[in-house]
Amino acid sequence: MGPILVVAEFTEGELSDTSRELLTKARELAQSLGSEVIAVGFGSHAEHAMANADADRAVAITGLGLDQYLPLTYERTLSQIVSEYHPLLTMVANSTMGLDLGAGVAAAQHMPVIAYCNGLHTDAEDIVAQCQAFAGKLLAEVAVPAGGAVITVLPGSFGSSGTSGHPEVTVMAVDSVPGMDVVKILEPEKGDVDITRADILVSVGRGIGDPENLGLAQELAEAIGGVVSCSRPVVDAGWLPKARQVGKSGQTVKPKLYLALGISGAPEHLQGMKDADLIIAANTDESSSIMEVAHYGTTVDILDLMPALAERLRGE
Amino acid sequence: MRILVLTKSVPDLVEELVLDEDSGELLHDEMTYVPSEWDDHAVEEALLIKEDSNADVTVLAVDTGDVDNMLFTALAKGADRAIKLQGDFDLSTSNRKRAQAIAHYVKENPYDLILSGVQAIDDIDGQIPAMVAGLLGMPHASVVTDVRLDGDRVHFHQEYGGGLQAELASQTPVVLGIQAARKPPRYASIAKVRQMMKSSVLEEVEVAVEEVPELEIRRFFKPVAAGHAEMIDGDAEEVAERIVSILKERNLVRG
Amino acid sequence: MQKAKSIELEVAVVNGIELPGHWNRMFEPRVISEYDLSVLDQVTSIPGAESLGYCYQCGKCTAVCPVETVGDYSPRKIFRKTQLGVSLMDSPDLWLCTTCRNCLRVCPKEVNMIDIMPAVREQAVLEGKAPAELLTAFENTARYGNPLGEPPRKRTEWVKSAEVPVPVMSQVKAPVDVLWFVECYPSYHPRGKDASVALARLFNALGVEFGILGTEEKCSGDSQRMAGEKGLFEMLAEHNIKMLSKYQFNQIVVTDPHAFNAFLHEYPKYGGQWPVQHYTQFLAPLIDQMHLTRPLNKKVTFHDPCYLGRHNGEYEAPRDLLKAIPGLDLVEMGHCRETAYCCGGGGGGMWLDSFTRDYTSQRLSEKRVLEAVEYGADILAVTCPYEVSRFEDAVKSTGNGGRLEVKDIAELLAYSAELI
Ligand SMILES: Cc1cc2nc3c(=O)[nH]c(=O)nc-3n(C[C@H](O)[C@H](O)[C@H](O)COP(=O)(O)OP(=O)(O)OC[C@H]3O[C@@H](n4cnc5c(N)ncnc54)[C@H](O)[C@@H]3O)c2cc1C
Ligand code: SF4
Ligand code: SF4
Repeated sequence: MGPILVVAEFTEGELSDTSRELLTKARELAQSLGSEVIAVGFGSHAEHAMANADADRAVAITGLGLDQYLPLTYERTLSQIVSEYHPLLTMVANSTMGLDLGAGVAAAQHMPVIAYCNGLHTDAEDIVAQCQAFAGKLLAEVAVPAGGAVITVLPGSFGSSGTSGHPEVTVMAVDSVPGMDVVKILEPEKGDVDITRADILVSVGRGIGDPENLGLAQELAEAIGGVVSCSRPVVDAGWLPKARQVGKSGQTVKPKLYLALGISGAPEHLQGMKDADLIIAANTDESSSIMEVAHYGTTVDILDLMPALAERLRGE
Repeated sequence: MRILVLTKSVPDLVEELVLDEDSGELLHDEMTYVPSEWDDHAVEEALLIKEDSNADVTVLAVDTGDVDNMLFTALAKGADRAIKLQGDFDLSTSNRKRAQAIAHYVKENPYDLILSGVQAIDDIDGQIPAMVAGLLGMPHASVVTDVRLDGDRVHFHQEYGGGLQAELASQTPVVLGIQAARKPPRYASIAKVRQMMKSSVLEEVEVAVEEVPELEIRRFFKPVAAGHAEMIDGDAEEVAERIVSILKERNLVRG
Repeated sequence: MQKAKSIELEVAVVNGIELPGHWNRMFEPRVISEYDLSVLDQVTSIPGAESLGYCYQCGKCTAVCPVETVGDYSPRKIFRKTQLGVSLMDSPDLWLCTTCRNCLRVCPKEVNMIDIMPAVREQAVLEGKAPAELLTAFENTARYGNPLGEPPRKRTEWVKSAEVPVPVMSQVKAPVDVLWFVECYPSYHPRGKDASVALARLFNALGVEFGILGTEEKCSGDSQRMAGEKGLFEMLAEHNIKMLSKYQFNQIVVTDPHAFNAFLHEYPKYGGQWPVQHYTQFLAPLIDQMHLTRPLNKKVTFHDPCYLGRHNGEYEAPRDLLKAIPGLDLVEMGHCRETAYCCGGGGGGMWLDSFTRDYTSQRLSEKRVLEAVEYGADILAVTCPYEVSRFEDAVKSTGNGGRLEVKDIAELLAYSAELI
């Protein structure tokens, strides 16, 4: 039985939350399969960051320039490690790095890749992965082949146990592969926000009542890490710029979270947001059409809800 | 500079996905297919590159039986050539097999820059651009925007989430998975598409694909759906608390 | 360039006094040599746009163009700007005309925006100059057969709420009297569906033998044509004609004046020739059989749809129907019949809401709603599927919620016949 390999990522020199989740899951599977967990990390902080990882072994890959993510070098190196260790599973987060490494390494190593995984368990004889397909409209149950696979995992799928371990850390020095380099790190763009790219939208409608209440929405957006968008009447009234309008004659958005506050859900508005991953609507009228597309709804007054929610989020 | 854009069609989510509820199999022939949204962006980015330097743009699709309109539309938008890979393919052909077919074609017909949508809604068995690159041993990057030519190097941006980005430069040939084009994909008027159908031909290239690693998908199923919002009762404080816990479950709260 | 057609009389006799035409300096187009006319020539050389060059600046159109009431607009102004070198092709002006036909009614030179607009817009669409909003509607129509981007398979979902039989032609194995062409907004928009349900019940109550195309029906495409997507229109026309040709029926009845216009004037060019009526024309002779018993004691005003009234000359049928409803008090607005103002939805305006908003002070739908309120109406009766959504939205945005209701004539009839 090959080991379970987890590609670790780091935030501020520490294991990222997602990497911890992957390790927790890998540990659980390894226990039921009688296998071991190997963490693989890149960069000068990898050795330190993986010292207490919940893994049996760790490989810290160091080299000039590797502190910055280098697609080509990372991929070639991981490919080499996979060919050496013959892992049963290679787990990568479905981040930009995971999108690069997962399918690329799998193809290079003649293995299958299982993408957008959000569940993994063992049944009678197999490891079974659950994957999100068709933008979350369907789930798929996929059997991990006996020969092994690369799996890219959606962040937030497993939760982490918080357990730490004492892996034996091997440091492996590599040269960066010439051919693709980082020219520079780019600062986030300034200017008015692009609501189509925001993961979280705090969207207000005519129910906001008065432009002065927009401050509450803005505070909530800051607390939740999102951006304020709106329905058309709010733009018509000149309370927010047109770039913030969601709907048929505004922007079409697909955020991870759409908070619809005081929006009735006219068809022209729904056309622009109904495909959001999660819709939570607050409208004093329970029979308003927005409730037909929302996943969760409440009839609490938004002027009370916005500050209450912001406060709670800030308190976290 | 020769650019190849890999395109494919995917089930249209505006329509219902058709599933045999007992076997959990997708009924491909009963679904409507549309060009993959990310591939549309890849085509647009290629055409923008063509506009700022004189690149030659070829669009390619594996012939799964429904790709002509998609390819003629790309021609109407300004692509120079369109290629259909023919062989033992249909709508249910796996992405892995498609990638292998494309890799065989590219090996015989080299290009400098290969663009494709970074992902598609149906690629649980792997994203095509990354697999093509892996199979050919070419450098590649995903989640790419803003591709520009600089001499014989290709400059592009790679996005890492949270607004973080880097500018990278690569030698050619290189494969890039496009996240979004610099401009929204252009519109091809129907008259132009129809004219293309009359005046241009799709090149057909035969490819044979050996056995590739395939996934054993046991079944597809629908997540429990709601027709109406689940109402959260209570006062503002209670509702806020419940919302925060819903967000936490979904990893939508920072920190 | 084609020469202007003069339409003034050569000799006119007014109160016994003979007025020879040669006194009229407008009899022949004036030679305007002091301008560089290359930009104007570019526009007027587009087939269909020739008549823009005929304008002699009398200004009659400015007095009637609805867009002028919310902005700075009219054929005269478009001509003048183009003459001075600002091409219509690159100007926002190109997208503001709703093809309402009010100017053509008064223009002595027959400067015809109904031909000019689609011709120049088609060129602009080809050159990638059309507003994004409009392109989304085109793309939706091309892909789904409706500009709303709704699933084609759900085109008949509204039928469930009708609770009366609505036969679909592919399942009816026999000829029918009436082929009801339902159209997109009446199939998908919640308020459009209300009108469809009402009409389905009226047809059933009247014992009309009818059928619909169901999922075989696609948008008639007339507004897309006016907005510059002729290729799309042709594709839709060919599709609809092919579907209709499979079945036997005596006539087509349409809910939508835009479809009415297409069936009357455009589809015959593509081989689709059938007798067609707007539903108000079909129902008007049947008033006595409708059992309009429940009174509606309301002041009602009627908005003439441009494509039923001015474009196709039908002003009476809708009014006859309204007057037949007991208790109903029909009041006319100042702008009614041939002078009615446009709701703003025609000629692609339906899909240019945000764009238009940038160049006008108010939506035409809001202007019209305010006029209805001014005349003291409780109900604004409409009979074009674009209008219910536009006017209801305008009622809210002008702060008249609760004061004015917007209802399709079919809904009012069904109410009075106690069918809803
Ligand atoms: C051609 C056309 C294009 C259009 N394009 C767009 C578009 O792109 N985008 C768009 O949004 N609209 C568009 N519209 C307008 C659309 O029809 C609706 O009028 C609009 O979306 C309504 O906005 P709303 O929901 O904010 O306002 P309303 O419909 O007035 O709803 C306000 C809601 O807030 C609730 N509410 C009030 N106070 C409170 C409170 N204190 N707490 C909680 N809830 C409260 C009320 O119950 C009500 O449901 C378009 C219309 C047309 C005709
Ligand atoms: S058709 Fe109507 S909107 Fe267009 S210019 Fe003439 S009067 Fe104005
Ligand atoms: S009415 Fe006709 S001739 Fe007179 S200004 Fe208008 S377009 Fe020109």
